[in-house]
Amino acid sequence: MLNLSRWKVILVIASVIFGILFTLPNLLPAGTRAQLPGWFPKQTLNLGLDLQGGSYLLLEVDTAELRKDKQVALIEDVRKTLREDQIEFADLGAVGGDVTVRVIDPAEVDTAYTALSRLSNRMASGAADMTVTRTPDQRLRLAFVEQALREQEAGAVDQSIEIIRRRIDELGTKEPSITRQGANRVVVQAPGESDPERLKNVIGQTAKLTFQMVDDSVTPQELAAGRIPPGSEVLPSTDGYSPAYLVKRRALVTGEMLTDARQSNDPQTSAPVVNFRFNSQGARRFGEATTQNIGKRFAIVLDEKIISAPVIQSAIVGGNGQISGNFTIESANDLAVLLRAGALPARLTVEEQRTVGAELGADAVKAGMTSTIVGFVSILLFMILAYGLLFGGFSVIALLINGLLIIAVMSVTQATLTLPGIAGLILTLAVAVDANVLIYERMRDEVRAGRTVISAMEAGFSRAMSTIIDANVTTILAALIMFQFGSGPVRGFAWTLSIGVITSVFSAVLITQVLLALWFRSRRPKTLPIA
Amino acid sequence: MWPLIKILPVQTHFRFVHWARLAGFLSIVAVIGSLFFTIWPATPPCGGLTCGIDFKGGTVLEFATAPKPVNLGAARQALSAQRLGDVQLQAFATAEDPGARFHAMTRFQTPAGSNPAVTVQQVKAALTGIHGPTTTFSRTEVVGPKVSGELFRNGLMALGLAILLMLIYIWFRFELQFGFGAVAALFHDVILTFGLIAVTRMEFSLTTIAAILTIIGYSMNDTVVVFDRLRENLRKYKKMPLREVIDLSINETLSRTIITGLTAILALGGLAIFGGEALFGFSLIMMFGIALGTYSSIYVAAPIILLWGVKRGEEEAVPLKPATSTR
Repeated sequence: MLNLSRWKVILVIASVIFGILFTLPNLLPAGTRAQLPGWFPKQTLNLGLDLQGGSYLLLEVDTAELRKDKQVALIEDVRKTLREDQIEFADLGAVGGDVTVRVIDPAEVDTAYTALSRLSNRMASGAADMTVTRTPDQRLRLAFVEQALREQEAGAVDQSIEIIRRRIDELGTKEPSITRQGANRVVVQAPGESDPERLKNVIGQTAKLTFQMVDDSVTPQELAAGRIPPGSEVLPSTDGYSPAYLVKRRALVTGEMLTDARQSNDPQTSAPVVNFRFNSQGARRFGEATTQNIGKRFAIVLDEKIISAPVIQSAIVGGNGQISGNFTIESANDLAVLLRAGALPARLTVEEQRTVGAELGADAVKAGMTSTIVGFVSILLFMILAYGLLFGGFSVIALLINGLLIIAVMSVTQATLTLPGIAGLILTLAVAVDANVLIYERMRDEVRAGRTVISAMEAGFSRAMSTIIDANVTTILAALIMFQFGSGPVRGFAWTLSIGVITSVFSAVLITQVLLALWFRSRRPKTLPIA
Repeated sequence: MWPLIKILPVQTHFRFVHWARLAGFLSIVAVIGSLFFTIWPATPPCGGLTCGIDFKGGTVLEFATAPKPVNLGAARQALSAQRLGDVQLQAFATAEDPGARFHAMTRFQTPAGSNPAVTVQQVKAALTGIHGPTTTFSRTEVVGPKVSGELFRNGLMALGLAILLMLIYIWFRFELQFGFGAVAALFHDVILTFGLIAVTRMEFSLTTIAAILTIIGYSMNDTVVVFDRLRENLRKYKKMPLREVIDLSINETLSRTIITGLTAILALGGLAIFGGEALFGFSLIMMFGIALGTYSSIYVAAPIILLWGVKRGEEEAVPLKPATSTR
């Protein structure tokens, strides 16, 4: 153990250089860091949102709604197909997750079966996404294949992530992180001062935009009596003129036909508005609709709410348009962002939100720093008091290098340091000391048992090793479990703990060993100073 | 007398096992008491523990109103207008605001059926309406009902799995009865820590689970050190009675136990004093757990081995006092 093999010395020197090099960027001000040569490491500790301030949002994609939408669409498809083929049917509806229909003429069941089978699409794997089965009583049952539904849901989640990313980028949030969690969840982490409520608004809105004609075929009295013409619906309005309008269900133009949207100011009233531009298809359809309906109203509908319902003054054929409504500059800008980024494929709900203000985070950093330094210094003092300048000093050196290594590894791996993580760091230092204590105490035992200094030192190391390994594996196991089951700050804590345990064992065992060996070689002591 | 280590007697001869019955009795009483306070009153999901929003769902808001002082009356009215459940509202002091005039926090439950993330926007708007546009929200935490259920399940699962893994590891490294001894010590430490959390009305949250998992790691660490020496001494002194081997092993590792325990408590003490309110509970729980872990290695883990007996070399496993006289 105490033979100073070359690789041990090289390893120790290399680790010290590594530690200093990768810890250094944390101590330099940002300006100096930017001027460093290219080879120099620049990564600093990655502070968690609880330390630097920022928002954590856990969003869930409403996949149940997605399934229901798909089922409703299938029912309509079945109706349309059977009508086109002039097959008489009854009892068309949803049963559980499936759709069933009864064909009235038994002779037509086969024709209906063939027609409905054509409604299925191919999945990526090549299999059909829907099965049609015959049941007694001339019924047909249409069921989606579970895998197809899952694929579609996965696609919806991917698409949601993409759209959220576009929206957040447009808002100018710095370094947002958007990741998928589980089957249907998305985690958004946005550091910095950004207003979480605005972020939530921008992320969470489906932003489905449609232009629909206002239906003026019934009088307000008739409407109040509940006479809603088929093909029309009543939608609430936020335009400030009327609480609701009756509009035709069919959309003239939809948000997908937009190519651009920008916040601007109305030249006459200077009120904030959103200017937009249609693609060629949208421009043609909007042009036709406005030409035919001069003098009538149409409604601009966002997520089932009417933003405004202007009267068509003249045909709008250029493909450019303007939405005016009850906007502030900010809300007009947000709407433009939403329209540019596109609509979400399904509803998103915020299931968890954690926001820490930057000031509170800075306070936490200060408190964490102070307590780490106090903890660190008291451990150092205690070790010197307990084991003297020499042996205590060796473990102090090992502990200092350990501290460097932890910060270096955390900077390199960009592991997130959270407030509980700082606590983990301090505990790690105490555990690091434990390895030293085990070795020293073992040496004392061996001297007491009558061994010479050199063999006591040898035995101390080799016997303490198995205990050190056993004792630290348990901590690593606990940390792994935290990592697996924990979320956010707890994961940060687990990470810090694991990195710390590994560097501690390394420094307590190897660095102390090299230092002791050097001391023994130069002094050839007859007694151990701690025995 | 420096280094201090020289003050510690070279060899101690405390008769730890002698007091094992008394300690066992006290431990059992403490465990039963802790279990009682942890479970009673059995309000879901946390029983007798003070449930944080992590596990029962809900919202916590901290806000600062400077330059206007906090208007608690108006804020309370605004909150009650929002149809919220379990509303708490209180002003709190900070370093810059020792009189607690400009800072307040509120926690509440959102009624089932409405989205808590939307409700919090309305609450913020109402509070900003009262205190003016300079109102800032330094902390917003919203945990929906779905997530809180999952966090709770995952937390408990993590605790269970940690204990199971420890049992397997010790079984693999030592013998099965060592594993049971270690796991009994773990249960002892975890249950007593829960008792402390229940009695002191500390908030039971994700951070608490992290603290308890760390205690599990530390407690195991401590037990393993004693067991390691025990195993070694069992091989070394084949004829010595088990009771004496256990005493010897505990005495031999005593100086290490004291020094490591002290350093850990020193470090955590710094954290409790300087770490601010967020880390105070956390470090307190860990200090308590470290003291417990040390105690339980000596008085829970080791005596169980004494009761169970161990296989030593060629001999059969002979328990010191068989639990039943018929074999």
